[in-house]
Amino acid sequence: MFDNLSEKLQRVFKNLRGEGKLTAENMEAALREIRVALLEADVHFRVVKQFIEAVKLQAMGEEVLSALSPTQHVVKIVRDEMIKMLGSHQAKLRFANEPPSAIMIVGLQGSGKTTSTGKLARWLSKNGHQPIMVSVDVYRPAARQQLAVVARDIKLPIYAGTADETKPSELAKSARREAVQTGRDVLLVDTAGRLHIDDQLMTELQELKEQLNPSEILFVADAMTGQDAVKSADEFHKRLGITGVILTKMDGDARGGAALSIRQITGQPLKFVGVGEKFDALEPFHPDRVAQRILGMGDMLSLIEKVEGSIDQKKAEEMQRKLIDNEFTLEDFRDQIKQIRKLGPLESLLGMMPNIGPIKDLKNVKVDENEITRIVAIIDSMTPRERENHMLVNGARRRRIAKGSGTSVQDVNNLLKQYAQARKMMKSLSGMGGMLGKRMGKLKLPGGLGGMFGGM
Amino acid sequence: MIQTLFGSVPPEPNLLDRLKAGIQKTRTGFVERLEDVIGGKKEIDADLLEELEYTLITADIGVKTATEILESIRQRVDRKLVADAHEIKSLIRQHLLEVLEASERPVPRVLEPPAVVLVVGVNGSGKTTSIGKLASRFKQEGHSVLLCAADTFRAAAIEQLEIWGSRTSTDVIRQQAGSDPSAVLYDALQAAKSRKVDYVIVDTAGRLHTKVNLMAELEKMRRTAVKIIPAAPHEVLLVLDATTGQNGLEQARKFTESSGVTGIILTKLDGTAKGGIVISIARELNLPIRYIGVGEKVEDLLPFDPEQFVASLFE
Ligand SMILES: Nc1nc2c(ncn2[C@@H]2O[C@H](COP(=O)(O)OP(=O)(O)OP(=O)(O)O)[C@@H](O)[C@H]2O)c(=O)[nH]1
Ligand SMILES: Nc1nc2c(ncn2[C@@H]2O[C@H](COP(=O)(O)OP(=O)(O)O)[C@@H](O)[C@H]2O)c(=O)[nH]1
Ligand SMILES: [Mg+2]
Ligand SMILES: [Mg+2]
Repeated sequence: MFDNLSEKLQRVFKNLRGEGKLTAENMEAALREIRVALLEADVHFRVVKQFIEAVKLQAMGEEVLSALSPTQHVVKIVRDEMIKMLGSHQAKLRFANEPPSAIMIVGLQGSGKTTSTGKLARWLSKNGHQPIMVSVDVYRPAARQQLAVVARDIKLPIYAGTADETKPSELAKSARREAVQTGRDVLLVDTAGRLHIDDQLMTELQELKEQLNPSEILFVADAMTGQDAVKSADEFHKRLGITGVILTKMDGDARGGAALSIRQITGQPLKFVGVGEKFDALEPFHPDRVAQRILGMGDMLSLIEKVEGSIDQKKAEEMQRKLIDNEFTLEDFRDQIKQIRKLGPLESLLGMMPNIGPIKDLKNVKVDENEITRIVAIIDSMTPRERENHMLVNGARRRRIAKGSGTSVQDVNNLLKQYAQARKMMKSLSGMGGMLGKRMGKLKLPGGLGGMFGGM
Repeated sequence: MIQTLFGSVPPEPNLLDRLKAGIQKTRTGFVERLEDVIGGKKEIDADLLEELEYTLITADIGVKTATEILESIRQRVDRKLVADAHEIKSLIRQHLLEVLEASERPVPRVLEPPAVVLVVGVNGSGKTTSIGKLASRFKQEGHSVLLCAADTFRAAAIEQLEIWGSRTSTDVIRQQAGSDPSAVLYDALQAAKSRKVDYVIVDTAGRLHTKVNLMAELEKMRRTAVKIIPAAPHEVLLVLDATTGQNGLEQARKFTESSGVTGIILTKLDGTAKGGIVISIARELNLPIRYIGVGEKVEDLLPFDPEQFVASLFE
């Protein structure tokens, strides 16, 4: 649906040969792409602006990590910055010193308050609390009944109210009494949806807050919200001082950029994410997942993390130099293949790539791990001098190597052919950035490494 | 004149005023901002264009559409077709109007009632409320109406529709919570035929357009409808919340694919959200807006007319 940001960045950096540094010039186009991606993800115009400034500041003059391509390096900066903005720590719920703690659930019409109230009650009860719910939505038709049905479904108590309790304040008051009498430690108060510009109803919430002295006021926001998110969140926050955000409907394909806007405008943490209509579909907020979602990058980011964790920095740099100087030997070839293997099963590695371009087709390719083992064995059976200079490996030597590695001469021939091809290709790719960039480039080029990955 | 499934009817006398009042906040946000931007300026410079971009994008019009509008302004400025900043306002107005008018479609004419109106959309967009309002409107136009409670999934959804039924004195066909929506639809259409009502309005459960099985459920409902009334559903209205951002386009696309959307109801325009995503939807999918929602009361649904809508935004 959306063009993938990393794919776009890849296009931007395609012409960036041999430049190991991010500069104002080579970043300009990248920043433009980032800006568009964020706007398409519904991050507010102003927040995007701040974000771009922050990224620019971070990126200028930075050396590209040699294990990453410029694209991946920029993606990493963007990701890190976004996680920082979203709030690095997953927030916990606060409770009053003296139970029952009141938690108010507020937000616009249809954002998911009632459903989230049910989900939260269930979550609390699974985490050792004894919640009770009350709906003070006296406006929407059948709203209180909706919460009653929810309570029945999740088998948790609700204060249903009496016929003559028609005001939110009355209902809240009785509910608190009920909570005390029945020994419940958390009172969840589901409120009516309202527009932030509805002065009368906003005042009603302020009065409820006064009355309940809640330990949390959670603002429920729909992940599909556009640019207006900042206005409503800002007003709710100004009026009430919200203490956290629940982002709902993240089970769809909305990018959820509103999360970043709301966080930025209110400074309050995201606490939970709604991922479905059922009552167990509530997850604690993970900034990295949401960042990834806003950026629309599949698991490209987890891939980067994996690479960062497993590639030997020094070795990668050395390899890069060798490539440029045309010193890439069979031994390097083996090391590289071993490193690829260190990243984990190749299928899972490919599975992590976003569904883009040629990579998409690769996902169905069965990668032959045996083939890799065979290649490593063959190279291991060579003498150091042979590994230095593949031209030495004549017919007699090939027979010896085949015997030593338990393979056939045909296998050895294949390997040498693959090596020659890889060398040629890497030479042409060199300068495009770090080793991984080349590896990934290689994986993307069908037939790049000969028949090493069966079926490519 | 307002087009309905049973021919055109005269608009209520104070429609333009109600429109203006209804979308007052939208107006304040969008056009007044535009005026602020243009303000005392005479010259069209980079600052002004950036401010315009801000105004368009924060209206949820989308980067692509906003860029195109700005590009056409830039070109006209280059060719000296616009001399001063004030002309920009009418240029944008013209552009929006053209897009909205291009997606207008004649409302089909139903010769043999009942006319079946299927109402679909993502969760919480305002379907049930809009149905209550529609029932009242159709009745005012002199037609009989039957409601079909085919949201059998969400807690107390049936009860919610029944309250709208009693508010508007309209019968509701229902079954137990959790029953098959197509079965309720079947009942409702049979009832509608035998009672000879003019309209059946079908409430459906909110669903995200990415849920394949739930979208298939809508297709099944369509098949059920056709079995009883070959031309049904006559209208499929997608209810879209005006606060929706860029995801709205995908919503419109997917619902159109699986349930053949014929028009849009844009709700919650009484807030500050501009609903700019409908411009992208109009452009890319040619879906007309039929009604707009401007509040939670029964009378808060107004027929959409591009000219009047744009006029009420700009005047
Ligand atoms: N301010 C305002 N609120 C609206 C409008 N239309 C609907 N609402 C409110 O939005 C909320 C959701 O409306 P519903 O009609 O229940 O929405 P729905 O699409 O049927 O929701 P589900 O069936 O739960 O998916 C309710 O609180 C309505 O009162 C509108 O035009 N303006
Ligand atoms: N798919 C999905 N639907 C949700 C989620 N949270 C709430 N909903 C649905 O959104 C609609 C409105 O929810 P509701 O709780 O009634 O919203 P309220 O008006 O804010 O109380 C209902 O159809 C819910 O089932 C979510 O995380 N994912
Ligand atoms: Mg509710
Ligand atoms: Mg409904």
